[in-house]
Amino acid sequence: MLCCLNFLKESSGVMTAVQQRYDVQKVREDFPILSERINGKPLVYLDNANTTQKPLQVIDAISNYYKHMNSNIHRATHVLGERATLAYEGTRGKVRDFLNASSTQEIVFVRNATEGVNLVANTFGKQNIHEGDEILISEMEHHANIVPWQMLCDRVGARLVIIPIDDTGDLILDNLDKLINTRTKLVGIVQMSNVLGTINPVEEIIRIAHSKGVPVLVDAAQSAYHMPIDVQRMDCDFLVFSGHKLYGPTGSGVLYGKKELLEKMDPWQGGGDMILSVSFEKTVYNDIPYRFEAGTPNIAGGVGLGAAIDYITNIGMENIAQHESDLMSYGTEVLQDIDGLRMIGTSRHKASVFSFVLDDVHPHDIGTMLDSDGIAIRTGQHCAHPLLARCGVPATARASIACYNTREEIDALAASIRRVQEFFS
Amino acid sequence: MNDELRELYQEVILDHNKRPQNFGHLSNSNREADGHNPLCGDHISVSLLLENDKIQDLKFEGQGCAISKASASMMTSAVKGKSVSEAEKIFANFQAMVTSDHEPSEDEAELMGKLTVFAGVRDYPSRVKCASLAWHTLQAALNSADKPVTTE
Repeated sequence: MLCCLNFLKESSGVMTAVQQRYDVQKVREDFPILSERINGKPLVYLDNANTTQKPLQVIDAISNYYKHMNSNIHRATHVLGERATLAYEGTRGKVRDFLNASSTQEIVFVRNATEGVNLVANTFGKQNIHEGDEILISEMEHHANIVPWQMLCDRVGARLVIIPIDDTGDLILDNLDKLINTRTKLVGIVQMSNVLGTINPVEEIIRIAHSKGVPVLVDAAQSAYHMPIDVQRMDCDFLVFSGHKLYGPTGSGVLYGKKELLEKMDPWQGGGDMILSVSFEKTVYNDIPYRFEAGTPNIAGGVGLGAAIDYITNIGMENIAQHESDLMSYGTEVLQDIDGLRMIGTSRHKASVFSFVLDDVHPHDIGTMLDSDGIAIRTGQHCAHPLLARCGVPATARASIACYNTREEIDALAASIRRVQEFFS
Repeated sequence: MNDELRELYQEVILDHNKRPQNFGHLSNSNREADGHNPLCGDHISVSLLLENDKIQDLKFEGQGCAISKASASMMTSAVKGKSVSEAEKIFANFQAMVTSDHEPSEDEAELMGKLTVFAGVRDYPSRVKCASLAWHTLQAALNSADKPVTTE
């Protein structure tokens, strides 16, 4: 994708062609919430790294599910049960295609990316990581890819080892060869940082880890809605993402795992649907992926996730990535033009996130002031305390873009930031 | 800028944010506590000298937004020289003012003095924690809590 972006920057003719193909106003019409007025101003939603808004297609799919299909799945012998099962399992197929996984057996439904990581830590981790072993993660991880491993380490006596980052927000991979050693039992790495926007070279990391026989879990919570993902080409062993960042409903998420790994993993939670037979003496567990899905799941959420994947697929992930890349270049230019604004995260391989601090104005105050202009951003530590400590800032303001944002909205952001500076000067 | 925002960021709050009073660490303190708000990264520590049930002197340090810094600054002025029970009463009134529609009575307003400028915070539920962080930290210091307090 990156070379494609460079090409775009160099050739304005191609850029025009892309813009013609990608009609952002038409995309915006799909998102009813974008017509909201906040504090008397049109909503400018730039908190997408937190969660994205939902298109009508997703809202309607959920509504349609409850109106015409609502039933429990995998067990009912009536028409509604069949409809619900077909719709829910249909999403599994859509996710398989979306990730280019080789089988639906590799797609486990979870509540969110966080639950995906916890599932792996509590099954694969518990079985394979022991006293004296090491888990390698990076300095830019979200708490979701730190705390589950830390809890596991505390329980079994293993150790967390950290890949450091440089001042621009890139991983320092010079010593990766040494960081991954005979004690390393798993690498957990974020594909795209929720604070810095840095896109990590996960394929290279996976290649090196695999050369030493170490499996890799990729946290794709941020990347999944910004770039095409191909788990077979990436060759990751596990990958997690959340539906709610992918224009889908909250409470829907996916753990992808290679079939041969999932098959060796113990179940996580016990209950209905994850079994083949139960007696008081012995329970025989269900096959993958159902073995990891105890109890009635978020069926409507799963159906909504399917609609979200259809929506993205119809627009085209490449088109979304190109639109966002254009906004990224524009936003970087406009924001860097503001005196007293310092961007946190300046990697050359970066997407969709502007984290920044202002001289003499705390991010929390920036957030409240921008909100009065109808502009929604996130302020604070972004569930990444160690990373903020590394960057030497107590908090940042973060504007993050998605498929429906426009240049005009970036202009509104910049104008509002200047007003904040004026107010606090 | 709307009226609510002006109400939140009153001049006196902006002044205290820029030029906080009693900023630093009290060298002869006998009570201290740290407070932090994990959501936004605000961190404040309060050091004070408690003698004969009276807050003889106190200072605060740390980093935070304009609301939390101004609140800490104005708190130090409000409770300096006060007894523990007076300070707790001011905090209770302050807390009621920023978290509910309760209009302070004349007596309460008099006790709070300039602190009534924080009344605008009640329209910003996400900022209540900013305004009360210093107070929670003061309370922890008075109780000699040895663990850092959080607003969570």
